[in-house]
Amino acid sequence: MRLLQLWAFGFCHLLFMNTSDSEEDSYNERSALVQCESPTIPSYNQDHDMSLPQETDTKRRRPVSSGLDEPGPVERERASTPDGEEEELTLKYGAKHVIMLFIPVTLCMVVVVATIKSVSFYTEKTSQRLIYTPFEEDPNSVGQRLLNSLLNTMVMISVIVVMTIILVVLYKYRCYKFIHGWLILSSLMLLFWFSFMYLGEVFKTYNVAMDYPTLVMIIWNFGVVGMICIHWKGPLRLQQAYLIVISALMALIFIKYLPEWSAWVILGAISIYDLIAVLCPKGPLRMLVETAQERNEPIFPALIYSSAMVWMVGMADSSNPDSGELHFTSCHMLKCLLVGFLTGGVKLGLGDFIFYSVLVGKAATTGGDWNTTLACFVAILIGLCLTLLLLAIFKKALPALPISITFGLVFYFSTDNLVRPFMDSLAAHQYYI
Amino acid sequence: MTLAVFFGCAFIAFGPAFALFVFTVAKDPLRVIILIAGAFFWLLSLLLSSLVWFIAIKASNSQDLTLQRGLLIFGVFFSVLLQEVFRFAYYRLLRKATEGLAAISDDDGSAISVRQMAYVAGLGFGIMSGAFSMINILSDSLGPGTVGIFGDSQYYFIITALMTLALTLLHTFWGVLFFEGCEKSRWWVIAAVVSLHLLVAGLSLLNPLYEGSLPPVYGITLLMGVWAFFSSGGSLHSLNALCTRRKAEGESS
Repeated sequence: MRLLQLWAFGFCHLLFMNTSDSEEDSYNERSALVQCESPTIPSYNQDHDMSLPQETDTKRRRPVSSGLDEPGPVERERASTPDGEEEELTLKYGAKHVIMLFIPVTLCMVVVVATIKSVSFYTEKTSQRLIYTPFEEDPNSVGQRLLNSLLNTMVMISVIVVMTIILVVLYKYRCYKFIHGWLILSSLMLLFWFSFMYLGEVFKTYNVAMDYPTLVMIIWNFGVVGMICIHWKGPLRLQQAYLIVISALMALIFIKYLPEWSAWVILGAISIYDLIAVLCPKGPLRMLVETAQERNEPIFPALIYSSAMVWMVGMADSSNPDSGELHFTSCHMLKCLLVGFLTGGVKLGLGDFIFYSVLVGKAATTGGDWNTTLACFVAILIGLCLTLLLLAIFKKALPALPISITFGLVFYFSTDNLVRPFMDSLAAHQYYI
Repeated sequence: MTLAVFFGCAFIAFGPAFALFVFTVAKDPLRVIILIAGAFFWLLSLLLSSLVWFIAIKASNSQDLTLQRGLLIFGVFFSVLLQEVFRFAYYRLLRKATEGLAAISDDDGSAISVRQMAYVAGLGFGIMSGAFSMINILSDSLGPGTVGIFGDSQYYFIITALMTLALTLLHTFWGVLFFEGCEKSRWWVIAAVVSLHLLVAGLSLLNPLYEGSLPPVYGITLLMGVWAFFSSGGSLHSLNALCTRRKAEGESS
């Protein structure tokens, strides 16, 4: 009988400080919020063109390839330098930025896996489902189950597409207040309600007696500090920590409430959608970005993890309260995978975090086999690395989900079905390979 | 089956690898990426060899236990060969990357030398191999149970941890030697690495006769360590210099 509302997210590209450019001087936290991907864009990663992190102490300029980036702020970073030096620095900075993404992604996954393995609440299957996955999976009939999961996926994806389009429309018609309000409401929901649920389950697992006044204090402080960090100012590490925690919470909700097979099919479908939405000329994300660029204004704060500055806003999607059913708003997450400038740092949309963690978390729920979880983890990191490499090579917008999720799915199914029996037999006889 | 066993075995198996990671790899992002890519390549080799084994298992009679055991042994050796093939493939990939980088950079050197890459790649293989051998067993050791209650050896966990440690170190050394052999086109080195890997896998087939498997494996580990040290440019002189410098620093302070 709980009402949950997940909010779709909007994303903005954050331009980071650290530019010796005069343009930058005018940037404060507000103006640095550049284009935001419209939250309606489904939670697929949109990797906006990654600008190569060639920035170093010397200013470098390079043409901005990313459509999502504000031409202004982005371009200021580019300086022309000899190619070889650029490439070398690119590699060094590329490696640094890859690691700057590896660490938070790893942390988020660790939080999710640790929770899944210890708190049984998130692995208990309930009859409650999200309205976005209305078809029940019948464990008895394989064909029926497959069909239902496909139908669930179609429902989920279409909801996400619709939300994306609504957001683009809202943005086009300049309903900024509405969007802002939505985002604030959604982050409120996430920071207070979900963390309250999570804390409750942790206390139940460890049989900790907790009184309500203390709990209210804890949740209140946690939530308020989170809101401040996310929507206003706060220490960088704290912002990053909040983002990681919030992604983990969202991923846990997905892991709990998506039916088994539907979750896998949804992961696959979302990667494909992400690919289409970012690479096709008529994609809603692209339209949003282009609109923002035309207007040369920041859209709205978005859910982005940044190694430099972070803003997070969740976008609320109202769903009808329906007792006994959990509702989600679809997570329309725009992901921006943007390699930062100079000390700008790297940005990665929260949707990426969430779906990576969903994959690894689901790998962790099956059977207690740690090899599968580890294999998925390595696969996702390598996918992320490859994505960043491709971005550096092609210098245009690429989605961040497909490669990682494909690797993750391939490794999950193959490790679970092929490697597990092999390793179990080897361990039983103590043979070593 | 207590926490002591869990922590003890975890530290035995992963302590040195973790220390190597923290002190030599963690600070440099490029090395971390090469490590994880090495782990990925090892994983790929395991995947393919599991696939082959799985097909063989499914195609055969599951009731015939000797056949199943034979197929498992075949799986072990095939997996070893495939690991070495993937090590070679990783070498080629890293070479291409270095060449590409060196070609476009102004100064002669690239960000990381082949020897460093060899070490990190070997460590990546070792860590992943160790993790896959050990993690499930570690998590089982936290649960209830009595080791060897049906007459199996009591030393299951500790032997597993020791073998894992040996294999992790061996993979590191083999990485160094293998890449060095490929660089200098000394094919006998490569053949030696492959055959020693097969030998170690074969020795592990002697388990649970631990006397037959563990000491020889550690002997080989020591040998490989010394060989890798000398192959990557170390010498008695440099060891001496290290000790005397330490002594000199100790005296001067």
